[in-house]
Amino acid sequence: MTSEFRFAVNVTPKAGILDPQGRAVEGSLGHLGIEGVSAIRVGRRIELTVAAADEAAARVTVDRLATELLSNPLIESFEVERR
Amino acid sequence: MTRIGVVVFPGSNCDRDTLAGVELAGGEAVALWHEQASLEGVSAVILPGGFAYGDYLRAGVIARFSPIMRAVSAFAADGGLVLGICNGFQVIAEAGLVPGALLRNRGLRFLGRDVHIATDRVDTPFTSMVEAGRPLRMPIAHGEGCYFADPATLDELERDGQVLFRYVTSAGATVADGDAAANPNGSLRAIAGVLNAAGNVAGLMPHPERASERVLGSDDGLAILRSFVDAASRASQSGPATDAAALAGAGAAS
Repeated sequence: MTSEFRFAVNVTPKAGILDPQGRAVEGSLGHLGIEGVSAIRVGRRIELTVAAADEAAARVTVDRLATELLSNPLIESFEVERR
Repeated sequence: MTRIGVVVFPGSNCDRDTLAGVELAGGEAVALWHEQASLEGVSAVILPGGFAYGDYLRAGVIARFSPIMRAVSAFAADGGLVLGICNGFQVIAEAGLVPGALLRNRGLRFLGRDVHIATDRVDTPFTSMVEAGRPLRMPIAHGEGCYFADPATLDELERDGQVLFRYVTSAGATVADGDAAANPNGSLRAIAGVLNAAGNVAGLMPHPERASERVLGSDDGLAILRSFVDAASRASQSGPATDAAALAGAGAAS
């Protein structure tokens, strides 16, 4: 018996990696008249459904996918979120 | 004549230029489709520029998992010569065949313009016919070309002679990472191309095939393609490593 488990994988640039997109967003804050916002990092979010025997097995699949394909461990880190 | 394979991914757009460049350099160019598992016994492989699989997710990452890349990785592991140009560099970096990663250009924009690169080593299969000390002029055309590796890896690359090309001024002067005129994508230590540790796989962001004839504005890139074809011809005459790789590739196809 398998069930379906829904996840989201959030991928962001690692700390210390230059994130020109984040910097560009930060640069626009003045145009909105917003102050006090900093350290903006732009990443991506991937949502997916995994069919597996249980949640632990589904997480193993998601972790492998996130490590090998969805993120590049050299430059990005990821967090898996159960939805 | 030495047969050089040029891999064609969906979204490759420099494959024909590269096929033509190989012929200009004296090789026989063979197009290899990304879905095939065999390298057809070629003596060396080039991964050309373009936007393989639309560059979705990250440039080069989906191409990395295509059937032909399994054969290319096995070929490289056996000592076979592999050159990645632009998107091809991104593919081999994602595949871990060369160190580092290519980030979004520091200025965020896609850059299509000429650059000058210095050749740090002229004793490699990719640069043996490059004139030492003369900067090469050729185009870049990329959105993600900012070379990145952590500081310890960068130090190792420098120490072990794995930095192959660097962005320089037209006069050949070295520049800082932040010199946007000479190093427009912001590559760390102005690195434009690297070698793997074994010295048989190289990647670079600039396009030698787009600078392979005078009529294109520069033929500086031809020296790189000639070096590669020459090294491949030697490897196919004497190299049991590449023969074994070719057999492994043929085996994988059956």
